[in-house]
Amino acid sequence: MIEVRQLSKSFNGQQILFDIDHQFEKGKVNLIIGQSGQGKSVLAKCMVGLYEPDGGQIYFDDRNFTNMDRHERSLIRQEIGMLFQGAALFDSMTVEQNVMFPLQMFTQMTKAEIQKRTDYCLERVNLEGSNLLMPSQCSGGMQKRVGIARAIAMRPRYLFCDEPNSGLDPKTSIVIDNLIQDITREFEITTVVITHDMNSVMEIGDQIVFIHEGKKCWSGDRHSIIDSGNEEIENFVYASSFMKEIRSKLQKK
Amino acid sequence: MNLLKQFGRYILMLGVVFSRPNRFKFFWNQSLLEIEHIGINSLPIVALMSTFMGAVIALQTASSMESPLLPDYTVGFITQSSTILEFSPTIISLILAGKVGSNVASEIGTMRITEQIDALEIMGVNSLNFLVLPKVVAALVFFPVLVVFSMSLSMLGGWLALLVSDLTTTEIYILGIRSFFNPFHITYALTKTLVFGFLIVSIASFYGYYVKGGSLDVGRASTQAVVSSSIAILIANFILTQIMLLS
Ligand SMILES: Nc1ncnc2c1ncn2[C@@H]1O[C@H](COP(=O)(O)OP(=O)(O)OP(=O)(O)O)[C@@H](O)[C@H]1O
Ligand SMILES: [Mg+2]
Repeated sequence: MIEVRQLSKSFNGQQILFDIDHQFEKGKVNLIIGQSGQGKSVLAKCMVGLYEPDGGQIYFDDRNFTNMDRHERSLIRQEIGMLFQGAALFDSMTVEQNVMFPLQMFTQMTKAEIQKRTDYCLERVNLEGSNLLMPSQCSGGMQKRVGIARAIAMRPRYLFCDEPNSGLDPKTSIVIDNLIQDITREFEITTVVITHDMNSVMEIGDQIVFIHEGKKCWSGDRHSIIDSGNEEIENFVYASSFMKEIRSKLQKK
Repeated sequence: MNLLKQFGRYILMLGVVFSRPNRFKFFWNQSLLEIEHIGINSLPIVALMSTFMGAVIALQTASSMESPLLPDYTVGFITQSSTILEFSPTIISLILAGKVGSNVASEIGTMRITEQIDALEIMGVNSLNFLVLPKVVAALVFFPVLVVFSMSLSMLGGWLALLVSDLTTTEIYILGIRSFFNPFHITYALTKTLVFGFLIVSIASFYGYYVKGGSLDVGRASTQAVVSSSIAILIANFILTQIMLLS
């Protein structure tokens, strides 16, 4: 479980996050949703300490991350896997080396074990056989998937995915969504996924928090999001005129 | 005020850079790669610069030696001393500040804006230590090699130029090169080189690592890195010369 208390953050005097309180539950896929530019990525980066919050606390299973020094944080971070919005692969390394990197850096595994784990992770994101490509030779969607493989290589206890399926076709999207859901259940991971894709919301959203203008605006599960009664969230869920039409038809019935 | 703040930040950065690497195997591999990247790849430009500069120094000296009171070997001596004292350590370092400095700053800056540095940090890697220390080590190991290489080529260039222009004989030139040779000058030159190499790589890393924004800012940071490290070299040159040659 990850708990965020009274988290706030501003950049150059402009406040981005306002006193966010939320619990991200273990063994569940916790979604952060909201429109573009509302502070979702900033929230995730504050949670893992890439940005220093202005105020508030973050607890990883009752360990107060905010007060830790560099070394203690580094230990917690070895339990965190993170997929960045732009994949953030190391461009000087091949796909395989990217996935192997944390294993070589932090584990005592043998060469053969590392190779096996790497192949397994690449297989789970449908990238078997792409081991020796350079990131620049991969499409955007492939880079995302390598990013996921790298994030899960260390069997993290906490997994953060910033828009795991933006730039993926619907079919691969579902494969990735299911993968995230499966490993979350299988290894009891606390997973935090940022998305604005309603398909993923309905597919894997065990628990959802809606961020609007830097504030926590609503939270609940995927079943209650459809009739939340919250105006902002209705605008988000029923953004397209197609969806609006469906809703009005349903309401007439 | 801003300058002071930057300087403080630079010193703090060095504190993080010089910590124990996580995995020595990675550290060695990275260092070897950087030696190739920063050092070996600079050999051609250093060779070119040194040969021509040596040739020009020798020709200029020869052309301005009209007084019959000056012994013939003066050309060799002046080529030797200006190469060892100033040209190879300082001018070559300034050239390398341009080549290596911009390269390092843009490499690290690109890693910053594409979140690769964040990705390292999130894994628990000390990114400054991982990225910068191998570069510093490579510079400290290989810059002296480059400078000694430059010294030899510069004197060779001088000799070739004089021979081609028929201004002196090989024996006289070599006599000049060997006369008043002071081994301490080599110590002085290599000390300067080590300091300059360290300044170039650490200052360039500093500008790259703390870049904010997009690719335009990376370009700006790498220009800044070249300007600042060149100024730092000039100041350090002055101070080291005061300390080592005059006290
Ligand atoms: N490093 C930064 N410096 C200054 N402002 C920033 C920084 N990072 C983000 N912001 C600002 O914070 C706000 C929220 O950005 P954030 O990246 O969290 O949006 P987001 O919700 O993830 O949007 P998207 O869905 O488009 O990724 C934006 O207005 C952005 O300009
Ligand atoms: Mg974002």
